[in-house]
Amino acid sequence: MAIEFKPSPSLPPPVNSVGAVAWVRQNLLSSPLNVFLTLFSFYILYLLIPPIIEWGIVGATFTGASKADCTGDGACWAFIGVYFKQFMYGLYPSEETWRINLALILLVILLGTYAVKTVNKLYLSLVILVVYPVIAYFLFAGGVFGLEIVETSLWGGLFLTTLLGVVGIVASFPLGVLLALGRQSKMPIAKSVCIVFIETIRAVPLITILFMASVMIPLFLPEGMNFNKLLRVLIGITLFSAAYMAEVIRGGLQAIPKGQYEAADAMGLTYWQSMILVILPQALKLVIPGIVNTFIGLFKDTTLVYIVGMFDLLGRIQAATHDANWLGMTIEGYAFAGFIYWAACFGMSRYSMRIERKLETGHKRN
Amino acid sequence: MTNTNMARAQLAQGEEAIIEFNDVNKWYGDFHVLKNINFSIKKGERIVVCGPSGSGKSTMTRCINRLEEHQKGTILVDGVEMNDNLKNIEAIRKDVGMVFQHFNLFPHLSILENLTLAPIWVRKMPKKQAEEMAMHYLERVKIANQALKYPGQLSGGQQQRVAIARGLCMQPRIMLFDEPTSALDPEMIKEVLDVMVQLAEEGMTMVCVTHEMGFAKTVADRVVFMDAGEIVEANEPHEFFDNPQHDRTQMFLSQILNH
Repeated sequence: MAIEFKPSPSLPPPVNSVGAVAWVRQNLLSSPLNVFLTLFSFYILYLLIPPIIEWGIVGATFTGASKADCTGDGACWAFIGVYFKQFMYGLYPSEETWRINLALILLVILLGTYAVKTVNKLYLSLVILVVYPVIAYFLFAGGVFGLEIVETSLWGGLFLTTLLGVVGIVASFPLGVLLALGRQSKMPIAKSVCIVFIETIRAVPLITILFMASVMIPLFLPEGMNFNKLLRVLIGITLFSAAYMAEVIRGGLQAIPKGQYEAADAMGLTYWQSMILVILPQALKLVIPGIVNTFIGLFKDTTLVYIVGMFDLLGRIQAATHDANWLGMTIEGYAFAGFIYWAACFGMSRYSMRIERKLETGHKRN
Repeated sequence: MTNTNMARAQLAQGEEAIIEFNDVNKWYGDFHVLKNINFSIKKGERIVVCGPSGSGKSTMTRCINRLEEHQKGTILVDGVEMNDNLKNIEAIRKDVGMVFQHFNLFPHLSILENLTLAPIWVRKMPKKQAEEMAMHYLERVKIANQALKYPGQLSGGQQQRVAIARGLCMQPRIMLFDEPTSALDPEMIKEVLDVMVQLAEEGMTMVCVTHEMGFAKTVADRVVFMDAGEIVEANEPHEFFDNPQHDRTQMFLSQILNH
């Protein structure tokens, strides 16, 4: 009679390989070099953190109306408080800023609606991408329903930064996808157009594009015909970022095995069906880190609009540090700007990691 | 009479060809990969294509649904010529199911979504009906309990059975198999072959590139042997295995049968 094969039972791992003690041993104290690096890092933190807390919190002044109120030897956050509205809204008339807040609240509510299960996601997306921008534009610019007209030259601060960033991101993404597909296309003309566009835009600094958009284009346009500078700058930023986006997405498209294209073709899917249903969902998921990288870069690049005389968050802060009544507030101003940009970019990064985890469907085998 | 015998009987009465190769030639750059292929496959026929690697057997099979383009000669599938006409190609692809060596399931979709994708988007079938049909085919390949999993969570043999079910969901008139068991562990080959045998017994037109000679013996109506881009020999299985005409065929058979 044959011997019956019985797999041996699985045993739990040894105690010293799990838990907090094991973590410290493995990660902080695993070798003499590691012990040294751990101690050295703690020493650096000891040197840096107490002075920062001393300057920024313990010795800092938080309230006040003028520089004279800042009597402590730490930071003078009163400066931020006094200028806060300008940092947020630029020169937007203060009795009208509720319009910006309303648009923001509306957006938050619409985005929150995604969590409601009974809502049709496709219609909701259409509302957010088509209807909402129109509403937001009229809220910001005014001129209808008795809303006072606010010139775009008055738009500024974090409001302008967010506007440039969000519009740039939302518009450059689909454009980048199209450019990437175009560059992969078998049609020679579409392919050449995409290659020339991508390579030209990538070879030029953003400052040049912004300068072209704001100064050069009006020179070439016939007299009397002109369109808004903010719009020109938005188009410039979008095209710039789309070129980078296209190359990131192309990387994703190339990483998809040929078999996936063939399986989609063999089923009789059309080109657009196979791209939208099979290839892009996989390719975009692969390059989420690269896409978010481009988004974050774009968001920070919007600070360059100061070169064409627009005052975004950083522009407003710089202008405020030149106020004769508040001289010497540069560090506070830049620390504040740094914090806002960091919070926004860190938020994007964490959000993208969440999406990546959500889209994880087990390791790929083909 | 069994299904298989009935199909053979119909064949003998000379049913019309569903796939026809006429003087087909293909090059990869300077490499002449298919040379003057003349071959026709009748409706309901089960063809096994074998030969050494690089002999053009996969390429020939992939020409049938134009995953590969040929440069000379004509291929007629169901009376439609395979040329640059995109409409023709898409129409034929609806009727030709294909199973690949590496399964090529879509990793971002669940098993059920893999199966319903083409019926919904190509055949314009309502979602509910497509899902019912998908479950029916998943049951046939004995894997219905995995419908909501993702391909990455299944074994190779299970994935290949899903791939066969996916092909069947288009309710094709022809099924192409491109080395369906070559990427599988020995223990999984049988479960896939069982499904293919079952399919063959139901009278599906099949073109199967494989080295599974046992499968060829039991299932094939004709075995095609290719080498260097040419069809060396094509014959009924017992003739092919017991009495190969060509010395190249004899050498190939002695290589793969005596190890």
